[in-house]
Amino acid sequence: MSADLVVVDYLAGNLRSVETALQHLGAGFKISGSPGEVAAAERLIVPGVGEARAAMEQLCESGLDQAIDGFWRAGRPLLGICLGCQIIFDRSEERSTHCLGFLGGAVRRFTPAPGRKVPHMGWNRVFFRRSHPLFSGIADGAFFYFVHSYYPKPAEAEVVIGECEYGPRFAAAVARDNLAACQFHPEKSAENGLKLLANFLSWKP
Amino acid sequence: MLAKRIIVCLDVRDGQTTKGVRFRDNRDIGDPVEMARSYYEQGVDELVFYDITASAERRGIFLDVVERVARVIFVPFAVGGGISTVEQMREVLLAGAEKVSVNSQAVRNPKLIAGGAEQFGSQCVVLGLDAARDPQMPSGYRVFIDGGRLATDLDALAWALEAEQLGAGEIVLNSIDADGSQDGYELNLTRLISGSVSIPVVASGGAGHPGHLQEVFEQGLADAALVASMVHFGTYSIGQIKSYLRDRGIPVRLE
Repeated sequence: MSADLVVVDYLAGNLRSVETALQHLGAGFKISGSPGEVAAAERLIVPGVGEARAAMEQLCESGLDQAIDGFWRAGRPLLGICLGCQIIFDRSEERSTHCLGFLGGAVRRFTPAPGRKVPHMGWNRVFFRRSHPLFSGIADGAFFYFVHSYYPKPAEAEVVIGECEYGPRFAAAVARDNLAACQFHPEKSAENGLKLLANFLSWKP
Repeated sequence: MLAKRIIVCLDVRDGQTTKGVRFRDNRDIGDPVEMARSYYEQGVDELVFYDITASAERRGIFLDVVERVARVIFVPFAVGGGISTVEQMREVLLAGAEKVSVNSQAVRNPKLIAGGAEQFGSQCVVLGLDAARDPQMPSGYRVFIDGGRLATDLDALAWALEAEQLGAGEIVLNSIDADGSQDGYELNLTRLISGSVSIPVVASGGAGHPGHLQEVFEQGLADAALVASMVHFGTYSIGQIKSYLRDRGIPVRLE
């Protein structure tokens, strides 16, 4: 199996479901926490569930922050998932964490309200704000599976490619150049999610 | 708008799905992996598997089921039954489950909830809460453990609130009075708990007709509903339940 595709393991939660989804798609990949292997990858997935501060500390201690930064600057395709969609922004409200800063903006916490529980857990519709190869063959307003208490608020509206409504509308998917990220879990979003992952595997930004 | 989730519950004993009424008279109804695949294809939102043997020597059989399920379905699923340590939580998560459900052992050792939430995040930790009506309790409901056999001193509402504080990310609320009856969910209990905590509540016990799900979403304020008998015996498909709910204005994932 080729290791052209690397899934970054930075101890932020269970990678098993990303692994089984990629296996189902027949993709060759390697799960790695090595900065050298991450930097040398042709295609990168940054998954993650959990807490932003702990994740950033782990990335910085291991040198993976520099490796992912170098990978991104080299123009190769990168997909962030859930926490991996949050840490690409400047900062997170979650324990006031300084993040990777690939995109301008902050990650904010949902405010609970009557009938609106936090975490935002379950299936919700994603409405496309602009066309993107990641959404190829997926219907506008398709359902994806979310589980999160924080959401990205990009500084620039044009990076938002998909929006979701939970109280206020929030950025459910963002992209710029070779970078794409989704707040939902494509690996747990049934056929729509598998399609999105397959689209990422063939994406040539 | 966030869809109301339909979750199928499978009780697994010695590698086979079983179904009983009021925790008794279980009989085998099929292979859990094949059933999971079928429900996935029907559009189920989530599944939960309970290891109802939960004996140490049979644990391997169950973990093998979890691993095989993880390879064929691409929606979230939870696993529960006899989990008493953070290490056992890790085992089922590594086998491919998204969530771990703790019940009796969390009553005996509430630190289990906090420990799991700290290690894996609150989104992974589900509290299974079995409650039955009891006018002597402040909320009117008492917590039972060990498959409904053992009464505790805990009030159901107080325990739900405590579990939320400890870090539970979701509550599967099972009414012992309604379980297996197919007469409908316990709406009063569900509304009481779901209206009081700020984490999602999954109603469980009593579903027999799609109208029961409509009731528990509208009147019971449930975020999700567990079904078993009404789909296991082929009475309804997931698609039929969701169509029924959609036609009555309940947001569901139906594509």
